[in-house]
Amino acid sequence: MSFVAIAFYVFASIAIAGGLLVISSRNPVHSVLFLILTFFSTAGLFVLLGAEFLAMLLVVVYVGAVAVLFLFVVMMLDVDFVEMRQGMMQNLPAGATVGVILLFELLLAFGARSAEGAKSLEEIAVGQVSNTRALGNLIYDDYFLMFQTAGMILLVAMIGAIVLTLYHRPGIKRQNIAAQVARTRDEAVELVDVKPGQGI
Amino acid sequence: MNELLLEYLPIILFLALGAIIGIVFLVLAFVIAPYNPDPEKVSAFESGFNAFDDSRMTFQVRFYLVSILFIIFDLEVAFLFPWAIALKGLGAVGFWSMMVFLGILTVGFIYEWKKGALEWA
Repeated sequence: MSFVAIAFYVFASIAIAGGLLVISSRNPVHSVLFLILTFFSTAGLFVLLGAEFLAMLLVVVYVGAVAVLFLFVVMMLDVDFVEMRQGMMQNLPAGATVGVILLFELLLAFGARSAEGAKSLEEIAVGQVSNTRALGNLIYDDYFLMFQTAGMILLVAMIGAIVLTLYHRPGIKRQNIAAQVARTRDEAVELVDVKPGQGI
Repeated sequence: MNELLLEYLPIILFLALGAIIGIVFLVLAFVIAPYNPDPEKVSAFESGFNAFDDSRMTFQVRFYLVSILFIIFDLEVAFLFPWAIALKGLGAVGFWSMMVFLGILTVGFIYEWKKGALEWA
């Protein structure tokens, strides 16, 4: 067996085992840690496919940011572990439905790959162009509209997060740098002529 | 497939070095540090009091806001990488599409700044 094949089986089995442990471990924090392991092994799979940019993106965005967000959510919810484990069987049908639909969509996507129309990455990367450059050639030119849509979605997410979670406690003194800098000597200092033997 | 290995040699070296340093610290602490546990030593300790509460408590939703804003700008930067690499062959459309994208996100950034979402408390 070649090195790539061995590496593929190692990464793939770690990813599957990690995925199973995500849904079966009792402590949600451990679940998130196993999710990180799954992300890492999937990044390894991407590297084996020659998709270095996606691999690095998976590590930077998913491990660096999304997993941290998951940890926050897990720790922010006041989770009752015992109660959650009891609900496992009740939630199984819903989870299974979502899983089956996802599988169906994946199959659909694989089917659409062979269909004509979409300009595939391989097509543009015929010459020895690196993966990142091939992506760059496609995203900003051919998929202009989708790229701008992505920007809009990010904007909506930003505003939504602020609207939903931002609140300022009233009655707190905050620093106003502009007001501080704009203060003149006249408003700040007062000269009082104090006579001897008297107070102010 | 030695080519692939050679290409990733620096990364593998970094990973290996990082792992080795981490393991060495753990092992050294395990080997060198004296370890005589007794119930009083290993019990929870909080500035001289007994622990008030479970360490797992809910915390403020504000941390979540910081984290989600971080993700958004992380993604923005992620979009910049392929653009920077492919810019030479892209032409005007490619350049200005990124400028529009950055403009949209700058609107969000100004909103965030003016709302005071970057201020704590």
